[in-house]
Amino acid sequence: MAEHVLEMKNITMQFGGVVAVNDLSLEVNKGEIISLIGPNGAGKTTAFNVITGVYAPTNGAVYFNGKEIVENYPSGKMKKNYAGTNMGAFTKRIEPTPDIITKLGIARTFQNIRLWKSQTVFTNVLIAKHMTRTSNIFTATFRLNYKEERKQREETEELLKILGLDQVKDELCTSLPYGLQRRLEIARALATNPSLLLLDEPAAGMNPQETADLTDFIHRIRDEFHLTVFMIEHHMDLVMDISDRIYVLNFGALIAHGTPEEIQNNPEVISAYLGESED
Amino acid sequence: MENNKLIALKTKKYSVISLVLLVALFALVLVLEAIVPPTHILFTVLKKGAIYALVAVSMNLLNGFTGLFSLGQAGFMLLGAYTYAIFTIPLAARDQVYQYFNGGAIQFTLPVFVALILAGLVAAFFAYLIGLPVLHLKSDYLAIATLGFAEIIRAIFQWDKLGVITNGSNLLRKYPVFHSTLFYFAVSGICIAVILLLINSTYGRAFKAIRDDEVAAEAMGINLAKHKQLSFTISSFFAGISGALLAMFQTTIQASQFKSAMTYEILLIVVIGGIGSVTGSCLASFLFIACSEWWLRFLDNANLNITPIQILRPGFRKVVFSVVIMLIVLFYQKGIMGEHEFSIAGILKRLKTLRIMWKRYKRMR
Repeated sequence: MAEHVLEMKNITMQFGGVVAVNDLSLEVNKGEIISLIGPNGAGKTTAFNVITGVYAPTNGAVYFNGKEIVENYPSGKMKKNYAGTNMGAFTKRIEPTPDIITKLGIARTFQNIRLWKSQTVFTNVLIAKHMTRTSNIFTATFRLNYKEERKQREETEELLKILGLDQVKDELCTSLPYGLQRRLEIARALATNPSLLLLDEPAAGMNPQETADLTDFIHRIRDEFHLTVFMIEHHMDLVMDISDRIYVLNFGALIAHGTPEEIQNNPEVISAYLGESED
Repeated sequence: MENNKLIALKTKKYSVISLVLLVALFALVLVLEAIVPPTHILFTVLKKGAIYALVAVSMNLLNGFTGLFSLGQAGFMLLGAYTYAIFTIPLAARDQVYQYFNGGAIQFTLPVFVALILAGLVAAFFAYLIGLPVLHLKSDYLAIATLGFAEIIRAIFQWDKLGVITNGSNLLRKYPVFHSTLFYFAVSGICIAVILLLINSTYGRAFKAIRDDEVAAEAMGINLAKHKQLSFTISSFFAGISGALLAMFQTTIQASQFKSAMTYEILLIVVIGGIGSVTGSCLASFLFIACSEWWLRFLDNANLNITPIQILRPGFRKVVFSVVIMLIVLFYQKGIMGEHEFSIAGILKRLKTLRIMWKRYKRMR
């Protein structure tokens, strides 16, 4: 188990009567690029939200580097209405908030870009460095942390340079073209020094050229920052091109998993997903 | 690299100029105190303006920079004002002040500056307690909860059963006060400077991130509960200090004056000055106080009527004032300063564009 960077164990997420994710188990190994695909509403983003602590799962557990970070089981009203499986398999309650998950080393981007709109490109990345501070509010207010501040600024400059954003660093983030905004979101996530990067539709709204660039970009940051990448994506070219392994979700349940070739030839996947999109 | 150095040099120059201007402002106040008779209304405006500037900036820290819409400011000012007054009334005067409560329960006094800081700390402590359940609420709900808290505090302080401490609904008076305008400017100035430092620190940036997008802020490792609590507590600390200053300025205080109307006045100053602009809040505070206390006074003077209809009469000032505020809100929807700060660099830029426009105008002719 130690070699898995991320392991989701029997995750079920139920909203009222709707089971958004049903008994999802998956593993992500170190250095891999894994894709999670599936038709709209299959529960992909919900799965991400469970990993990052936005939602506490109804049932199931998540492990990160062998350490349990999330676990929950149905209780109260949900106990009666629970529609999933594995009832009683989990008995602990670990419900961290997203900031704790990020501090452990899991960073994410969002499906709809969520940059801090009133800030410049530079400040957007710099704010993400806030997490790494050792100063408290007094030392920060009276600038007793100037060394740390200078270090954070230098690290930010360097990160922007590596990701090719240093030309636009003083511009307001909303004035950037779409592709660069996506790239800035990744830069911001990288500023938190993650070992696992979750990308939620990084190519959404991109043209073919930008998508091709993104493939190189993801490979590059994976190698440069020693990352493991777990992403949700709809662009099949990108997914098949980049992924080491693919997980396929449909109506909240895992229907297939394997290498891109295996997924392309899987009849169940074709009927649920690829088949439909080819019609 | 060269360019960066040049920019750094320039900002250094501008900050030196700003500092000189600030010192000049304090010198001006000193000079004014020396030449203008101390009973002049100008000093009332300056003192009250400085006090309101502080509380407006503290409210802006919360509403403008952290995005928490809170309306509890009057309650925290009340806590500050009462803390200061209760702990500084001289022992000899206590029998007179607490005449219905046998001299009150507290039989010691604190030094003025200790009491001033304690005023802030008490307000901050209560803010911390209230923040625990309330800060999970969003926008309007938070506003209603904090407004309700302020009203409850006011009611409690007027309660007879607590009279041995708060003197019930009677006035608190005879505590030490400062008559020098410079004192109010100094205390208020120092506090606003600290808030400015905070806003530009790493914590201030985190506050702004929470304002811009809570979900993203949390996902980037910013602990929402902790940072909101920090902002709320610090904002209330300075509201408490400004309450103590207000107590000194008025020489007597009573809980009944800290109504929600007071919070709305402060909110108005923040909105007129620009939500998210510290200098805007300061400017708007002095303008607001000057208009309500001084410049529009003549409208109340019935002797100045020249028209056969008696338009000018006591209270007419408030009608005109309301219209002025409506006009400001209509034409400056983001306030006087918007989200910008008043800076030397900004003014120079403005002047440059004006010069270019002037040149163009001349060429056209």
